[in-house]
Amino acid sequence: MTHLNKKNSNWNIIFLCWLVASVSATGSLFFSHVMEFAPCVLCWYQRIFLFPLVIILAVGLFPFDKNVVKYGLPLAIAGWLTALYHNLLYAGIIPESIQPCSQGVSCTEEYIELFGFLSIPMLSLLSFTTIITLLIILKRRISK
Amino acid sequence: MKRHVIFGLSALVLIIAFVFGSYYYKGKQTQKYGFMAQENASLFVRDHSQTLGSDDAKVYLVEFMDPACETCAAFSPFVKQMIITNPGKIKLVLRYAPFHDGADYFVKILEAAKKQGKYWETLNVMYKSQPYWASHSNPQPQRIWQFLPKAGVNVEQIRRDMNDPAIAKLIDQDLADAKTLNVRKTPGFFVNGKPLQTFGSKQLLQLVQSEIRANYPN
Repeated sequence: MTHLNKKNSNWNIIFLCWLVASVSATGSLFFSHVMEFAPCVLCWYQRIFLFPLVIILAVGLFPFDKNVVKYGLPLAIAGWLTALYHNLLYAGIIPESIQPCSQGVSCTEEYIELFGFLSIPMLSLLSFTTIITLLIILKRRISK
Repeated sequence: MKRHVIFGLSALVLIIAFVFGSYYYKGKQTQKYGFMAQENASLFVRDHSQTLGSDDAKVYLVEFMDPACETCAAFSPFVKQMIITNPGKIKLVLRYAPFHDGADYFVKILEAAKKQGKYWETLNVMYKSQPYWASHSNPQPQRIWQFLPKAGVNVEQIRRDMNDPAIAKLIDQDLADAKTLNVRKTPGFFVNGKPLQTFGSKQLLQLVQSEIRANYPN
């Protein structure tokens, strides 16, 4: 019984990861397609790492496959690093002159600030952080 | 089995939230711009704006355009056709949103041609010759000059007039209004202040027709 419970909560963790990734992906599509905020270069990189997570994590759910951690984690980490860089840029900690996005939309253009502090890059960082945390928790549980 | 249901329902909820969110947001935007159109009509039509059609027209079609934008060129015949098929009912207002790199160069030429009374002729020549000078990978703005005589303008006069600081100021004003109205792509259409919600010629026609029906009931 405990074995089954453990398996169940492992599934739940991946499901939660998938949910976070899907909500983020839907949200980012809402920003770009409905609210018509043009995504900057860095946003695009984060999307490149985020969108496959939605598919990969879903595949790992049916049937449950613990290897999904192995495939999901690198994407999530790459996305997280990009998001971190983007946030540093956005906050002005890294000067804008060395940012890679000279053409098109500026990566520091401010679109929304939810509750006064949640910017779009911050939302991205939060969701990648959540996904990574959950995947690492799962990894530990499995290797035990 | 239960897992599939949880997964499927979550996906469904997300999709429904997206769709309803879109409708809600677009509806709110329409209200907002409708209100702006009443309160601050000059955001949509400035004194310097080039217009086409009757001054008595009750349907104002405001187009934020860029002479270097392919879609604007492709839409131009369609927009003209709409004005022709609804004589006296539509007034087209052209606003500038030169988002392409170096596109303000062409706006300047256009405004200089306006002084010679050859605005529409010049715009037509620009749109038609656009593939020759507005290639995205290799824009060659100088190539426009060989086409300009076709519009029947005094080319030398245009070279002198286009650097008028008043023109640069007018472009800045239009860009500022485009920003206020959240125009991020060209062509950006507003019909009596209502933004075109999803882009397309069919949708534009529907929006225009609904405004015609609302303003010319008979």
